[in-house]
Amino acid sequence: MKILVPVKRVVDYNIKVRVRSDGTGVETAGLKMSMNPFDEIAVEEAVRLREKGAATEVIAISIGVQQAQDTLRTALAMGADRAILVLTDESPEPLTVAKILKVLVEREKPELVFLGKQAIDDDMNATGQMLAGLLGWPQGTFASKVEVADGRVDVAREIDGGTETVSLALPAIVTADLRLNEPRYASLPNIMKAKKKPMETLQAADLGVDTTRRLTTVSVSEPPTRKAGVTVSSVAELVEKLRNEARVI
Amino acid sequence: MTVLVFVETEAGQVRQASRSAIAAATKLGDVHALVAGDAAASDAAATAAAKVPGVARVLKAGADVLAHELAEPLADLIVALAGDYTHLLAASSAAGKNVMPRVAALLDVQPIPDVMAIVDADTFVRPIYAGNALATVKSSDAKKVLTIRAASFDPAPAEGGSAPVEAVTVTVTDETSRFVSAHTPVSDRPELESARVIVSGGRGLQSAENFHKYLEPLADKLGAAIGASRVAVDSGYAPNDSQVGQTGKIVAPELYIAVGISGAIQHLAGMKDSKVIVAINKDAEAPILQVADYSLVGDLFEIVPALTAAL
Amino acid sequence: MSEREAMDFDVVIVGGGPAGLAAAIRLRQLAPEATVCLIEKGSEIGAHIVSGAVIEPRALDELLPDWRNQDSPIRTPVSEEEMYFLTETKGHRIPALDRVMPHLANHGNYVVSLGEVCRWLAAKAEDMGVEIYPGFAGAEVLIENNRVVGVATGDMGITREGEHGPNYAPGMELRGKYTLFAEGCRGSLTKRVMAHYDLRKGVDPQTYGLGVKEVWEIPPENHRPGLVVHSFGWPLDDRTYGGAWLYHFGENLVSYGFVTGLDYENTWLSPFDEMQRTKLHPVFRPHFEGGRRLIYGARALSEGGLQSIPRLTFPGGALIGDSAGFLNTPKIKGTHTAMKSGMLAAEAVVEALATSRVEPGSFTQRVRNSWLYEELKSARNVRPAFAKWGMKAGALYAGIDAMILRGRAPWTLHYRHTDNETLRPASLSEPISYPKPDGKVTFDRLSSVFLSNTNHEEDQPVHLHVENMPLWKTVNWDVFRSPESRYCPAGVYEVADEATDPRLVINAQNCVHCKTCDIKDPAQNIDWVTPEGGGGPNYPAGM
Repeated sequence: MKILVPVKRVVDYNIKVRVRSDGTGVETAGLKMSMNPFDEIAVEEAVRLREKGAATEVIAISIGVQQAQDTLRTALAMGADRAILVLTDESPEPLTVAKILKVLVEREKPELVFLGKQAIDDDMNATGQMLAGLLGWPQGTFASKVEVADGRVDVAREIDGGTETVSLALPAIVTADLRLNEPRYASLPNIMKAKKKPMETLQAADLGVDTTRRLTTVSVSEPPTRKAGVTVSSVAELVEKLRNEARVI
Repeated sequence: MTVLVFVETEAGQVRQASRSAIAAATKLGDVHALVAGDAAASDAAATAAAKVPGVARVLKAGADVLAHELAEPLADLIVALAGDYTHLLAASSAAGKNVMPRVAALLDVQPIPDVMAIVDADTFVRPIYAGNALATVKSSDAKKVLTIRAASFDPAPAEGGSAPVEAVTVTVTDETSRFVSAHTPVSDRPELESARVIVSGGRGLQSAENFHKYLEPLADKLGAAIGASRVAVDSGYAPNDSQVGQTGKIVAPELYIAVGISGAIQHLAGMKDSKVIVAINKDAEAPILQVADYSLVGDLFEIVPALTAAL
Repeated sequence: MSEREAMDFDVVIVGGGPAGLAAAIRLRQLAPEATVCLIEKGSEIGAHIVSGAVIEPRALDELLPDWRNQDSPIRTPVSEEEMYFLTETKGHRIPALDRVMPHLANHGNYVVSLGEVCRWLAAKAEDMGVEIYPGFAGAEVLIENNRVVGVATGDMGITREGEHGPNYAPGMELRGKYTLFAEGCRGSLTKRVMAHYDLRKGVDPQTYGLGVKEVWEIPPENHRPGLVVHSFGWPLDDRTYGGAWLYHFGENLVSYGFVTGLDYENTWLSPFDEMQRTKLHPVFRPHFEGGRRLIYGARALSEGGLQSIPRLTFPGGALIGDSAGFLNTPKIKGTHTAMKSGMLAAEAVVEALATSRVEPGSFTQRVRNSWLYEELKSARNVRPAFAKWGMKAGALYAGIDAMILRGRAPWTLHYRHTDNETLRPASLSEPISYPKPDGKVTFDRLSSVFLSNTNHEEDQPVHLHVENMPLWKTVNWDVFRSPESRYCPAGVYEVADEATDPRLVINAQNCVHCKTCDIKDPAQNIDWVTPEGGGGPNYPAGM
């Protein structure tokens, strides 16, 4: 069984981004970029499935600019077997990503596509579900536990107030949530070895996918700062404010 | 314009997050509410949805295949009903986030998740970078697929309306996905990430014993989850998984009560999106007071029991 | 130990700053077959770089003569210069700066983000075949038969209690015929190498400064690209060395910062707050109006100069850059000297490689024969004059030294104390009252650290070793009232339960790797060791 793991290059989660003063977007130039943390979890789970013998090959895919190859190298260092880089000019939106992935799925014929549930830059939380829709495959989103057996994958999913388990016929899409696993480090020896693993580069334009954006960003602003609070003098006053002013109790 | 809202119900009531989505939908046009479930559940849900003011019509889809809100048949159902609706909405709930992007893909639409504000029929505001920036985006799709961030829209009331209910024919089937089980623990103490109220303690409590003795009664009264600062966890006052902060859990409850927490930046990063923040601290200079909506400066060992008693 | 993997290189370089990168590039230029591996504890090259920075291009001209025709981040030439002596309310501008303080004349120099320069140099080095691995900290010096044979990176995934966590990944031995330590000021491995080979024998103690820096974005109408402003005097007293800088560069960016000599005596002094309050002075304040603060960071620097440079080589390697103390203190510049030292060490290593010598000993002679030595020699008496006679008389001496002696005084002034010996007890120090942050121009520590993007993996052993906690109580608290809670620019050290049972709380996660605690702790009871690789600040471009 082949597993495809799409990974996205995003601003590192330790970095606080700032909105450009002209409101055209978020300043990302010169910031440290890393693999989207949810995608790391997806890579880890895929590699574990291969290590357990449930999968035979893990293929990492990234769609974006040339530097996304660094993200793929990380996936290779974590244990992916090979990588495919699909070059695009800018960061495409989930609909386009899903369409590109569909082409690659049809080419590679995996039985499982493992994605992070969302990217921490645009916070869309959509690509996995969309790819599932385009392929007509079942989806197990927000996975906190995954078991593959007998042509099916059982996925424990994080839902409001708890978890639920669904059983999906392969081929299927699974998206990883935070509690699924704790990804391993890309260790130095593995980073060195990853340099020798195969990486294929494709041009998005050659895949016959319409990449026209449907969403345009009109402006980007900072969230409103919290307004200054008040100091209350007694417990009674606090309770009164919480009841009648804030209406939270 | 007419818009379709996929509505979730719970215990005979429309969930609050769905009522927020209905409130958002009324800004866009006439609202049709879609409820789905097996025959019995969809009947109850339709009755509940019909009572929500602002709903002009309820579409009731009752079939066994829809019993568990599985994304595959549900998406097919919504797509089949999408017809002339200009906008398809759902709450940004686990179910809404699961199904709506699938719907969008089937309609060749780029979805717009977590809508915080509606500028016009094509233009919406949504958070990016974990809420550190707000993007105003304009969609060129003929049909819009949106999920609505509950905290940004005051929910429509649960009662007061009387919309007509129309049963829709369900032809969707699904062979690929099946529901196995659900585990939704009914604990007296909600989980941190989903709690409506969080009572959180820090170094000011001085010991594990005090941590429990003072915070648990308050949390019980409020039906609140219990959180802790890193120092409190490090000092062994509270278990590791209760840590709120940059490296712990990021929470955004409606009410966050910080007891004896000075407000280290890592902690603030984990709770600053809470709707209402209360700080109880002996130090009037503590950084937590800068983000608190209500501050009470004084001895927490007197204030907390008094507050517990007053609730 | 045996589970560690090992890899052999000709040269291993520890640290991806200007010195390490210049050495790496020079090595591949001179010996294209040599395998060169460079590790950097920051999550990427540049992530831990803090510098003013006005750089002198002299070393770069020699290393990459064609750099001006390339797309380098060195773009803002110095255009105007101002030097002020401050009193509390006034700034007296020093006239004829190029004659009175020629070392501060910056004609031909550039205002840069040194982090960006390092990223650019790293890309060059990688193109030339240097293997660069950021995110891995050198944790251990490998010494066999009294020869340094490389370093080992730290284990990853060690829990707070020191056990192997679920993600445990052992460190790796990077073995080199020669190892160059380019860790910057007060390197933690450098410290061990110095001790092992007694490299400081016969030289003056090193003295340090702490630079605390902010980067601002200001309205375009106020931006004067290439403007360089320095000050001395207020708010420091005459016994304390230091001053502020403010440079306009890049796209509406301002680099502002403050260096405090770590031989300061008043235990109540807080370098962070000196930096903050200086922004309120009429000379500086107008530059910040309408602006917003983008980045914050801090780093110690070596100020001792020539007298304090240790023996540079040992069997199997050398110290380069600020690890050795190659900073020109009167110029407040260490980039060109760091690069030059790296280049000279590379030349010595290439020679040693060819002749299979154990020690790249010609490095020392190469330094002596270069402009690097001349430059440091002529600057050697300025900083100790300040230490000896205070700020005003020191400045006067510096003027005489520059104008009359031209750096050729027949005498050399010496340092008598290490910086940890200079503090006066709390009872004998005059308390300093710093203004409260206003949230517009001045800020508190925690919101500042937030802008350094600092993080460390939570579950790892504390990397700030307090060797003897009872000693903290009797010395740091009882005598000095916890100076670390003031000199640490990142709020790492806090005192809990001051009134009842004072104890030290260490918020190691906040640490921006400035190394001040390792330097200034009065009892030398705090040992800074490298945390898990990738931890620490993540300074973005612009820093």
